[in-house]
Amino acid sequence: MSITYLEAIREAQARALAEDPRVFIYGQDVGAFGGAFKATKGLAQEFPGRVIDAPISEDAIVGLAVGAAIEGMRPIVEIQFADFSTVAFNQIVNQAATFFWRTNLPCPITVRLPCGGTLGSGPFHSQTMESVYAHYPGLIVLTPATVEDAYSMLLEAVAIDDPVIFCEHKLLYYHLKAETLPTEALPVGRARIAREGRHLTLVAYSAMVHEALAAADELKTEGWDIEVVDLRSVKPLDTDTVMASVARTGRLLCVGESWPWGGVTAEVITRVASEGFALLDAPPARLNAKDTPVPFHPNLWAAHRPTARSIAAAARKLLRQ
Amino acid sequence: MVQTVLDSGRVSDLSAIRGVYLKAFRIMLLARLLEEKLASLYRAGKMHGGVFIGRGQEALSVSIGLSLREGDIFAPLIRDQAGRLAFGEPLLDAVRTYFGSVLGPMRGRDGNVHRGRPRQGLLPMISHLGAMIAVVNGALLARRLKGIQGTVGVASVGDGATSTGAFHEALNQAAVERLPLVLVIANNQYAYSTPNSRQFACASLLDRARGYGVEGHGVDGTDLIECLRVVGQAIARARAGHGPQMVVAELLRLCGHGEHDPADYVDPQLKNSRLGRDCLKVAEEFLLEHGWADATSLAEWREETQRTVEEAIAQVQREPTPDPFKESWVALSSRHLCETHEEEVPNPGADI
Ligand SMILES: Cc1ncc(C[n+]2csc(CCOP(=O)(O)OP(=O)(O)O)c2C)c(N)n1
Repeated sequence: MSITYLEAIREAQARALAEDPRVFIYGQDVGAFGGAFKATKGLAQEFPGRVIDAPISEDAIVGLAVGAAIEGMRPIVEIQFADFSTVAFNQIVNQAATFFWRTNLPCPITVRLPCGGTLGSGPFHSQTMESVYAHYPGLIVLTPATVEDAYSMLLEAVAIDDPVIFCEHKLLYYHLKAETLPTEALPVGRARIAREGRHLTLVAYSAMVHEALAAADELKTEGWDIEVVDLRSVKPLDTDTVMASVARTGRLLCVGESWPWGGVTAEVITRVASEGFALLDAPPARLNAKDTPVPFHPNLWAAHRPTARSIAAAARKLLRQ
Repeated sequence: MVQTVLDSGRVSDLSAIRGVYLKAFRIMLLARLLEEKLASLYRAGKMHGGVFIGRGQEALSVSIGLSLREGDIFAPLIRDQAGRLAFGEPLLDAVRTYFGSVLGPMRGRDGNVHRGRPRQGLLPMISHLGAMIAVVNGALLARRLKGIQGTVGVASVGDGATSTGAFHEALNQAAVERLPLVLVIANNQYAYSTPNSRQFACASLLDRARGYGVEGHGVDGTDLIECLRVVGQAIARARAGHGPQMVVAELLRLCGHGEHDPADYVDPQLKNSRLGRDCLKVAEEFLLEHGWADATSLAEWREETQRTVEEAIAQVQREPTPDPFKESWVALSSRHLCETHEEEVPNPGADI
């Protein structure tokens, strides 16, 4: 048997629906159609009445989920593309994110965001939103990079008593495969060493983990052993694992697909620089997408986002310092 | 333009409309053949990203473009190839944007239906549904502030977009400001896979017009002559100062949501109903019936149009694609305020 990242997301939702009567799924085209990406394929048939098609009303979709969560339900919302979650931004950051803090009543919603660039998708179907949501207090932001994490972290997201922004990367949907679904997993909030090394720590998350691993392969041929840390969850951020890795390597390069101003990579570097300055043998560096909207044409898109090649180039520069 | 030959209410003299009808038909045919070509290139794996076509919606769309004048505003949506051509968008704009040619209006930065020429009143849609309506309102308000009179703006949306907050906010805004906005809703019965029964619960989308204090007009979107008449009338009323107008056209999307979508969820009963008629065929039959064209001229037009399409595609395929080395990579017009990001390593030519 082999299972894709997308199927793992479907399976996690099937299991959540089967095991917890409080769970329901709400989103555009998620019912009989099975979702724009087929992440809810067959679930409406399997769980009648609990996989509900929504009108094109993102603000109301998330607002409804918050209301249902107040009543003790565990809604999973699918936003058709992460980019459209901006329409629900108010309900996510002002309603869901503030709710527990204001009332002492938890707000356990899971918002699934199909994220990230794919070929020819252009500025409105390619965005990565983790840095924006991570900025707000009251939200948990997950960015699984593997089939196993897609499965186990989605299940954990549903179980968590707080609003979770679940960033699933569209580029991984069909191509990333695992033999089986995991039976155990690292908990949310813990990063993972995806590859051990001693010369440089490459911190990445979501699809960038795979670019980072490919860059590490390339650098291996030049004699460099690169350690790759997969953050898994960007909020909470596992500073300890990153710091321990930097303690071993003395060099840090942090890679993210979102824009360069602020964001996850800036946060990682700030923490290492302020709490682990003495561990560093060279200034910490980061690599992000370019500071423009995500371009449509593949030539531009491939240059806009970090790739194995540009990561390796940035790492070489850092290794020479 | 259409209104001068279509008196408000009914078509009084068919011969007076002949010229407009024929023009509309030729544009519909061009839109159809262009989109069929793009769809076949998509199936052959030759396109970047998706292809989204307006099959079955050409009669409605072309009526918008032909009823507008130079100086008006048009915010088309994904199924408005015919309306764009009728409004004056060059055929090459469509092809160049699909192929990402640097010579196109979007220079490879944005693609497919996400294109426009804002200086000519053709607004470039973003994907977020409902978002263009308020922008048309703004353009119209600006004209009022500048003392420009007699222009109108059309925003095109689908049934699904009527569920967005943006739609309701913008419609109310236009009504409060009494702007010359014409909101054309192509009620093609589905929003992606979602049927109208899961989208809204009012008996007719025209109820939305009444609710906001806006004039509403219903039309059979499969019938070109009706579309020309009703869209023309709504635009004329907006131009004459009667405030925002809403047109709701009943039709069926005769294609998938995009070309990736086989659309097997569409109810066969709808396909076989009047809604499922192909407006291009209906128009062809009308032409033959009234002796405005014969089989030979129809075949000639088709052949000629097909050639036009093939030539445009061949031309654009030879045009340069964007070069990341030459790309400026700035998103602000105030260049002196653009930041440079030191950590950026030049990264063109990455393997795709
Ligand atoms: C705010 C927002 N949410 C979701 C989408 C994804 N989406 C793109 S087109 C579409 C269906 C649109 O249906 P409708 O408005 O009826 O237009 P049609 O495609 O039928 O012409 C959806 C859900 C979007 N573009 N914008």
